[in-house]
Formats: sequence, structure tokens, C-alpha cells
Amino acid sequence: MDKPAAGTQNAPAATLISLQCISKQFANGTLAVRNVDLDLRQGEFVSLLGPSGCGKSTLLRMISGLSQPSAGEIDWPLNPHDSAGHAERDRDLGFVFQDPTLMPWSRAIGNVAMPLILKGMRKAEAYERSAEMLELVGLKGFEKSFPRELSGGMKMRVSIARALVTKPRILLMDEPFAALDEITRHRLNDDLLDLWWKSRFTAVFVTHSVFESVYLSQRIVVMAARPGRVMADLDVSAPYPRSETFRTSPLYADLCRLASEKLKEAIHA
Amino acid sequence: MSDATLPGRTMITATDGTDAGAMPVFAEERRILGLPASTWPNILAPLAMGVLFLSAWELTVRFREIPHYILPGPILIAKTLVADWGTLSTSLWVTLRITFAALIAAVTVGVALAIIFTQSRWLEKSLLPYAIILQVTPVVSIAPLIIIWVGDVNLSLLICAWIVAFFPILSSTIIGLNSVDHNLLNLFQIYGANRWQGLRYLRIPAALPFFLSGLKIAGGLALIGAVVAEYVAGSGGNASGLAYRILEASYQLRIPRMFAALVMISLTGIAIFLVTSYISHLLLRRWHESAIKRET
Repeated sequence: MDKPAAGTQNAPAATLISLQCISKQFANGTLAVRNVDLDLRQGEFVSLLGPSGCGKSTLLRMISGLSQPSAGEIDWPLNPHDSAGHAERDRDLGFVFQDPTLMPWSRAIGNVAMPLILKGMRKAEAYERSAEMLELVGLKGFEKSFPRELSGGMKMRVSIARALVTKPRILLMDEPFAALDEITRHRLNDDLLDLWWKSRFTAVFVTHSVFESVYLSQRIVVMAARPGRVMADLDVSAPYPRSETFRTSPLYADLCRLASEKLKEAIHA
Repeated sequence: MSDATLPGRTMITATDGTDAGAMPVFAEERRILGLPASTWPNILAPLAMGVLFLSAWELTVRFREIPHYILPGPILIAKTLVADWGTLSTSLWVTLRITFAALIAAVTVGVALAIIFTQSRWLEKSLLPYAIILQVTPVVSIAPLIIIWVGDVNLSLLICAWIVAFFPILSSTIIGLNSVDHNLLNLFQIYGANRWQGLRYLRIPAALPFFLSGLKIAGGLALIGAVVAEYVAGSGGNASGLAYRILEASYQLRIPRMFAALVMISLTGIAIFLVTSYISHLLLRRWHESAIKRET
């Protein structure tokens, strides 16, 4: 709420994260990512689409600072730079893993409040904001439930609420809905778009589902595996809001076909 | 943030088919005498077995006319327990005091060391082997040394019981502190949590079930340690524990009294196990799989 709105969705936005010739080699010699150049603009919804092993999760981990690139640089053009020209990494980000990754000993509200408490907020205030966030993801009344009392989809909602409770500028999602059934996944896709529309964080969504990436994103980055590299950068020209009618429209089918072709090229590359 | 909501879409509510299942409903089970009906077989089955065994014992002793200084029957043992209650209860109190002091010391030192070890790999590597040596050396073999060095009998008994009890706490707490979900650790790193926050909000709660299972083992071991050490010390007088009463009774061939003291030690062990299990149940029942009944 306290950050500037990104404007209308089609207005050109400033680059928020700039990956410059990023490579990542693991200790065992595997080249996970090779020479990736990618600019992520403020407020956009980007999907990283690719087969497993294409380094999309590795890219997320590097953006979040959990791991460091072996070569290349991640620049944050909007952040202050030090004398050597290195930008400060944006700490203002949320991360959603493939598993809900909740603390089983803590109630839903305690899980959501944790990022705030780690940042030093008083418990009462943190819980108040967390309750609002839980309501926003549709879990009003479940504040005091333990994770084991919630369904898979609800746990994922708690996980999303936790990622968004700090009102981050960036939301990184690593195949968050892959383990859910299709009906639940569709609902969560809609609700995620709704949250994104309201708050306009920059969303980076890793997926191996063509349909999911087309439905959600403004832009699809198709990646190939071994080594992980960018094969195509597609604009999804469909307007928002998107809903079930979009899912059955010819435009959606065309976009899915295009993305599928690019993905097939990436797999056989 | 713009307040625009997507047209045609109302507030989000978790009504997706699979999500819809509102709050889980736990059917209240029928209770008999305050206990759930399904727990009664768990109590009655071993009870019936015990009654059967004791009756067989009593009958064998009576019909074969086994002298009570070889094998007393359960009824005689029960009578002795009542008759000698004064002496035996004083001794029980002595043994209990040592057991609990040792257990508290074991918890304190075990948990503190476990936390220190997980904060410094270097310290763990250099100290853990010695903790293991202390554990694998039979306490009976070092008890005489400890008694000679320490001088004070009660303190040396306490040290012996502590040596036996502390290792399960240490090792299970170390495993627990290291068994945190890696993605939760990643999350804490992303939010810039410091060591203390990681310990307080993540590692210690994650270690709780492991610590509690260590505690259950340590509770029984503290009693065993206290009894064994007392055998070795063989101290007499008014302030001696149950182990000494057993020794004394065997010298005097008062076998029923020996059995009575034995029964008290067993009951104490069972009580310690029940109490630690109950503590564990209370602390874990809301969230840990081990304490949750599977739906049938």
C-alpha cells in the first residue's frame, strides 16, 4: 500500500531485476544455468516455463539471495549502488515453495506472522496484520488452525499469505501449485491473479505447466535444460482481468499452442 | 496499491471443492468412567494378564510349599510392603530424590550442550566423542572411582545417575535441532533471521519431539543409574535408598522384603514413564504426528 502503483498494466515499467549473463555451476560440476540474460520489470507477472532441470528454480534461488551465481551479475537498477557499482539486493521479497513449508507447531496466524516477527515487529501488531492477510487469501476463521488441520490448498493459501504479509515488491513462486489437484489449482490461480491485480507486486512464477503460465502471466520465459538457458521470451497479449471465459477462448488456445511449440523446441534443443 | 478489484469477482473465499471442508470435525467418543471407550481394552488386557500371572504364582507357591525365603507369594509380598512401609517409603524418597535431581541435571546439561554443539560444528566434533565414551563405559565400572573421588555418597550417586541419563537427551536433542525443514531454514535466511531467532522460532520447536523421546528414555535410565550406583556404594544408615534395602534384605535372607523393595522400584519406573509420556502427549498433541490418532 505504501509503494507506488505500477500504473496501468501496459505502461512501460522500470526494470526491477536485471540478470546479466548469469551462470551457475554446482559443486559437483553440473552446469545448472548458462549465460542467462533477463530483465524483470516492476509489477509484471512473469512465468519461467521449462522442463525439469532447466534451472528455473536455481534462478529463483539466486534472485532471492539463497545462492550466488558462479558468473555474471544480478543488478537491481532501482536500488542504491555502492562505489563498486554493485546494487543492494532487494530484501523486500516473498518466497513460496512447492510445498507449503509451514511450521507444524505454529497456528496459521503464527506462520503468517513469522516474517514480521523476524523483522522485529511487536507480536500484537504482527498478528493483527496477519489476520488481515489471512482474510485476504480467504482463510478468515482459520487463524487458530494448525497446518495439519488444513487441506493442501488451504496450506498453500497460508504460505501465500505469509509471503505477502510483508507487502513485498517481489513475489517468487517455485511451482507452488504443482502438488494440488486441478480444481484447487484453478481457484488458486484466480485468487493469485486477484491478489496481484490489487497489490501489483512483481511476480516470478516457476512452472512446468503451459496452461498455467499462459493463464497467469503477461510474459513467459521458456527455458531449456542441460544446461539451463533461455530459449524464448513470449508476450501474452491477453488483457486482464482473466477468468474462466479466458480459459475457453480461442486466444487462450492459440497462446497455449504457441507456448507449447516453444517448449517442445526447448525440450529438443 | 490500487484498490481495483477484478470486475465480476467478489472477495476471495476458500470455497474450492477440495478446500471447502471447513473445520475438521472430531466426533466425540463415548466415555466409560471418564475414559474413552476405545482405551479400556488397552487397560483391561494387561490387567487381566497380570491377575492371571499373580494367581498362578500364588497357587504354585502354596501347592508346592515353596519356602518364603526362596520364593514368597504375591500376597506375602504385599503384606510385607504394608508392614515395612515406614522403612521402605523413607528409602523410596531417597532414591526418588537422587533420580529426579539426576534427571534435571541431565536435561539441563544435555539440552545446553546440544544447543552449543549445533551452534559450533567445531565444538561438537571435539567434544561429542568424549560424551560417547562416557556413555558406553558401564556405570558400574566407574561408580567406585566416582565414590572415592567425590567423597559425599549422595553427590556421587547423583553423578552416576546423571552420566547414564544425560546421553539420550544430548543425542536426541542434537538430532532434533538439526532436523528442521531445509526450506524453512531458507525462508528464515531470506528474512534475514539471526541465530537466536533461528534457534528460538525454528530449531527448538522442531527439536521438541526428539527431546521428549530422549526424556522418556532418560527418565528410566536415571532410576537405573541411581539404583546401580547405590548397589556399588552399599551405604547403610537411615538415609539409604531402595537398592540398599534390597542388599540388606538379601544379607538377612528377608526375601519378601527384597521383593517388596523390588516392586517399589518397578512401580517407580512405571510412574516415571507414564509421567514423561503424558508430558510428551500434552506438548505434542496438537501438531506432531506421533501424538495424533490416525483416522479410521
